[in-house]
Amino acid sequence: MNALSIHNLRKTYQNGFEALKGIDLEVQQGDFFALLGANGAGKSTAIGIISSLVNASSGTVKIFGYDVKTQRDLAKSCLGLVPQEINFNQFDTAKNIVLNQAGYYGIPRKLALQRTEACLKQVDLWDKRDTMSRRLSGGMKRRVMIARAMVHAPKLLILDEPTAGVDIEIRRSMWEMMKDVNAQGTTIILTTHYLEEAESLCRNIAIIDSGKIIEHSDMASLLTRLHVDYFILDLAQAVKNPILKGYEIKQISEKVLEIGVPKERGLNDLFAQLSAANIQVVSMKNKSNRLEQLFINLIDGKNARES
Amino acid sequence: MSVFIAFKTIVRKEIYRFIRIWPQTLLPPAITTALYFLIFGKLIGDRIGTIHGVSYMNYIVPGIILMSVITHSYANVVSSFYSTKFQRNIEELLVAPVPNGIILAGYISGGILRGVLVGVVVAVISLFFTPLTIQNPLMAISVCLLTATLFSLAGFINAILAESFDDISIIPNFVLTPLSYLGGVFYSVDMLPQIWQHISLGNPILYMVNAFRFSVIGASDVDISLAFLMTGGFIVLLTIFALWLLHRGTGIKS
Repeated sequence: MNALSIHNLRKTYQNGFEALKGIDLEVQQGDFFALLGANGAGKSTAIGIISSLVNASSGTVKIFGYDVKTQRDLAKSCLGLVPQEINFNQFDTAKNIVLNQAGYYGIPRKLALQRTEACLKQVDLWDKRDTMSRRLSGGMKRRVMIARAMVHAPKLLILDEPTAGVDIEIRRSMWEMMKDVNAQGTTIILTTHYLEEAESLCRNIAIIDSGKIIEHSDMASLLTRLHVDYFILDLAQAVKNPILKGYEIKQISEKVLEIGVPKERGLNDLFAQLSAANIQVVSMKNKSNRLEQLFINLIDGKNARES
Repeated sequence: MSVFIAFKTIVRKEIYRFIRIWPQTLLPPAITTALYFLIFGKLIGDRIGTIHGVSYMNYIVPGIILMSVITHSYANVVSSFYSTKFQRNIEELLVAPVPNGIILAGYISGGILRGVLVGVVVAVISLFFTPLTIQNPLMAISVCLLTATLFSLAGFINAILAESFDDISIIPNFVLTPLSYLGGVFYSVDMLPQIWQHISLGNPILYMVNAFRFSVIGASDVDISLAFLMTGGFIVLLTIFALWLLHRGTGIKS
């Protein structure tokens, strides 16, 4: 069953801006799905329509088979949303924010208290439950929103840039938490500007650009389309303009090289040539995240075709 | 059942809000009305004598109580709902399966509760200046509740349509306060020249103040059944308008 089905969804704002130009999208139940796009591409509008915060101009959205227009309450019951911006009452405590949300979903008080405790513990905020939310750090505020979105145990959780502005340690712990939530059966749709986040967490992906879906496939097959991987090599000794047959080389500094490795050649051949040239490698890392490279290629490719 | 839980949650949140900030919500009306009673009731009132057979102090008490109910029921809803909109935590309600009618009922109930609570505070303050005997308690409660409902609805609509904090102070300053002062709170319309008596009859607050005054001291300048009819009619109209705005998503959805 599809957790989310979108058909020919369009949105034109009152000022005439066409944010969505007829998108189709399907997300399978249990998936961890990445919805990527540059700023202004249409992600937030799409999420706004899915979560009933924005009125669609036309098209249909179904959440677990329930139409968000005609079966509004059933569709909403299946959905949890972590928005991009902090949108809770900053003068309320973390506990009250989560507890009230449970109430809006019709969860009886006693059960709501139990779920609030469980969700705040899951995001490691139970100790801060009585702290006024405006006194919490940025990362804690984001975790309050995650706890709030999970309190009614939604079947579909939409996370709109949940780790924006969060330090790496908290981001990693949030990744683990999201993986756990997904492993327990919750379908997750993630939007993020940290593409390594999408690459490491998500199984399927859609890329939206200028209101259109330009890519919709599984992560693994998408990444195989990247023909060249770029690596940064730190060398033991300084070298000058080395030549390695079949590889694109850029000298970053005396002891640092950037090497483009075509998929068909592989790393063994590269290291064989490096050894033959008596170049000793101290360490090696990816120049950029693979998905990032692909994302740029796709957007650039589309722009080139259009121009 | 689940919508009733949602309703209770909104009402509980509203009560918590105005109780938490009681120095802004409950204390000022106590101080302001104490000054009204002292200046208008005691100092000036003693020189005015009686109106409709009661002392001036007794005459103005019902009007001041109802004026406080009007002001605070309106202020509660307009400030609470606009803040909710401004901080975008209205989205908490919009993503949840809460019907528009429940959102409206929850906020209106919060406004009614604060309006009535302030009315009780003002009534208690008035006891320090004059004994207060309510002739028709049932009618007094009905008028108080209906008036609080009407002005809570008006506050809700103002909050929906407001685009800035300035917009939520325009109606209270330029409409509500003048209409309250000209609604016979401090005088009987009989005291006005003929032309102003006719003009005053177009002020809906005059009917509510007089209905409440009638329930307390048994004196009124207007027909009480017309006052109930008018208040009820406005409540129905404003409820329909507020629900229509919510359905369209005016001011709260793109």
